[in-house]
Amino acid sequence: MLLVTSIIITLLNPRFLNWSNIVTVLRQTSINAVIATGMTFAILIGGIDLSVGSVLGLCGAIAAAMISSGMNVVVVVLAALLLGTAIGYFNGTLITAGGLQPFIATLGTVTLLRGAILVFSQGRPISVGNTPGSDEFSGIGTGFIGPIPIPVYIMILVFLIAYYILNHTRIGRYIYATGSNEEATMYSGIKTTRVKRFVYSVSGMMAALAGILITARLGSAQPTAGSGYELDAIAAVVLGGTSMAGGIGTIAGTAIGALIIGVLNNALNIMQVSSYYQDVAKGIVILIAVLLDRKQKSSR
Amino acid sequence: MKDLVISMKHITKSFSGVRVLKDVNFNIYKGKVMALVGENGAGKSTLMKILTGVYIKTEGEICLNNKLVNFNNTRSSQEAGIAIIHQELNLVQDLSIGENIFLGREPVSSTGRILWSKLYDNAQLWLDKLGLNENSQELVKNISVGKQQLVEIAKAISIDAKVIIMDEPTGALTPTETKKLFSVINDLKNDGKSIVYISHRLQEIFQICDDVTVLRDGELIGERTIDKINEDEIIEMMVGRKLNEQYPRIETNIGNVILKVENLTNQYVKEVSFTLKKGETLGVAGLMGSERTELMRTIYGIYPYSKGDIYLNSTKIKVSSPMDSLNFGIAYVSEDRKSNGIISEMNVRENITLSSLTNFQGFLGFVNKSKEDISSKRYIEEMSIKATGTNQLLKFLSGGNQQKVSIAKSLMTNPKILILDEPTRGVDVGAKKEIYDLINKFKNEGMSIIMVSSDIPEVLGICDRIMVMHEGKVSGFLDRNEATQESIMALAVGKEVN
Repeated sequence: MLLVTSIIITLLNPRFLNWSNIVTVLRQTSINAVIATGMTFAILIGGIDLSVGSVLGLCGAIAAAMISSGMNVVVVVLAALLLGTAIGYFNGTLITAGGLQPFIATLGTVTLLRGAILVFSQGRPISVGNTPGSDEFSGIGTGFIGPIPIPVYIMILVFLIAYYILNHTRIGRYIYATGSNEEATMYSGIKTTRVKRFVYSVSGMMAALAGILITARLGSAQPTAGSGYELDAIAAVVLGGTSMAGGIGTIAGTAIGALIIGVLNNALNIMQVSSYYQDVAKGIVILIAVLLDRKQKSSR
Repeated sequence: MKDLVISMKHITKSFSGVRVLKDVNFNIYKGKVMALVGENGAGKSTLMKILTGVYIKTEGEICLNNKLVNFNNTRSSQEAGIAIIHQELNLVQDLSIGENIFLGREPVSSTGRILWSKLYDNAQLWLDKLGLNENSQELVKNISVGKQQLVEIAKAISIDAKVIIMDEPTGALTPTETKKLFSVINDLKNDGKSIVYISHRLQEIFQICDDVTVLRDGELIGERTIDKINEDEIIEMMVGRKLNEQYPRIETNIGNVILKVENLTNQYVKEVSFTLKKGETLGVAGLMGSERTELMRTIYGIYPYSKGDIYLNSTKIKVSSPMDSLNFGIAYVSEDRKSNGIISEMNVRENITLSSLTNFQGFLGFVNKSKEDISSKRYIEEMSIKATGTNQLLKFLSGGNQQKVSIAKSLMTNPKILILDEPTRGVDVGAKKEIYDLINKFKNEGMSIIMVSSDIPEVLGICDRIMVMHEGKVSGFLDRNEATQESIMALAVGKEVN
């Protein structure tokens, strides 16, 4: 699917297939890819995390504020990740102990957090500033190792770790089991509430990581950063073959889904398609891909 | 003379090269009840799914009233007058009984408005006909499983089907409800309708059926009239060998008390007290609504309890989750494998090891899959689980083999006390015996067993002692040598027995 899309786009516009554009595509995809990885965990368990956009924005804002005040870059990164994880854990608790539907719980937090960002930032962008730490911090988003941007390495690392967790660890097995049949998993002696909290914590952490990447790249944290990002993330996960019902899906699928969306976004920009039509085009592609996938999967 | 309504000839069905039905002939006669029997995995479900249009046959032909027909989808089969009542209920829990019965065929006015009073009145007529004592406006989720099954039957009957296929219809019915069902079946016969009766309960088949077709391993073994055959012969046809003893029972040494439950009380059970000795097999009998499953789930940590104590080897224990229970060595095999016993979308290996993954864990939480494979293969062999391999998804296994996987999962945790909840429900004769043999093996290894069962002969045949429950309370205890079907039933209905 990815190959087909890329070929079609290259034919339509040769400017697509040059090295610097490919680098751009990969770099731009890395943000969504990271969020989508966390989202995969949430959807695999039969839930969803709508709050990722706001977590991204909030952690990015806090990171910018911290780094511009002169704190050590390692501390800032860890703090931002921790904040994202904590928010995710909070989401998880709302869903398990509070008994809220994931859709509702994360709908609540996305609004709450977006408000928090506005309060914190007073509606103004927060620059990463001019401290020595700031340069190191910005390097995370803008730097290269060899010809490849650092965010791309981070994306690959995230994919590998997520793949390992889901396919080779106990918690990964529990995630698939809980998503497939929560009651049976609970009866088998597994604390499904812990599994859920873990999953949402991961999603929050990934959103925080994405926030760090964006803020580092842009050099400042916008109060609207991340708004609407959950949709691209969910699209990537669904395109990748993960079922909204839970229990079925892979990281490889999400990776491909994220790349398709990244390629699409890039191509539509290159072809100078109006941004209004971009969403229409994306929506159509997603629907076609999912329908084709369904047809393949059903057998008599 | 017999009037042939449906004739399935030389039916063969393969899935990706795996042949599950081979050259099967199946007849349904007008106004008669045809029993369809066979071990799980024999092909009964597949054959019926072909008849109801869920599957398409690979070879063969189907004739309806001597005319060739093709059922390419469920609708064409329904329109031909074939209805099926599934073993697992297909009702919408949040809708009322009436709405469920008329789902998709609601009586509407010319403007499309649903005529509710007509719907509920008509629904009530069907309920009355079946002797189901409920208001048709009652929500399905609020009535017992046994009654829900009767609603399913009402639904099929109300579509005026000519052929009604009933798959294990009495699984969750009380004896009274079963009697009503049989009288309804007789009425249907007199109306010229035909019934296909799929069941493992051979006694019932002799009560209600006219003919019997036996399948084994996807092939037709034979069709006979009921008056020309007996139970043993049917069993022989089903398993291909003589069954010497239906309930093999062995004596074991029974030791001291291992589990003591005292005055256990919560929203389901009241002041339940009993003891279990080491090596003992305690049967728990009772009718629907006796809350036996709820008692077991309380002990296993799924439901909390407000009052009472549980002692394991004289030490008081507090169980607040299945994890606690398993850590204490108490395992529970569920009575509803589809909802909470197995995970259909995962394979055999993943299902069996699910409760014991810590044993296969290595560095950084890494799960050793080859070790898992070796362990699960051992259980597959020892328990004769029929699967193409450890990678086969559970949803492709027959009911009996799924049950064995569920038991294997509990076994792998090395329990000292194994609670089996309806272990042979929906399981064929051959697999039943295998499960009884397994129970004996566990007994020999010193395991203590609690077995909840609605099959009184089974309870009498396998258990050392029987606890009978009635509406959440313990009605009484019976030792094996003093228990009879009558005395168990008396306690089950709450009669005082001296």
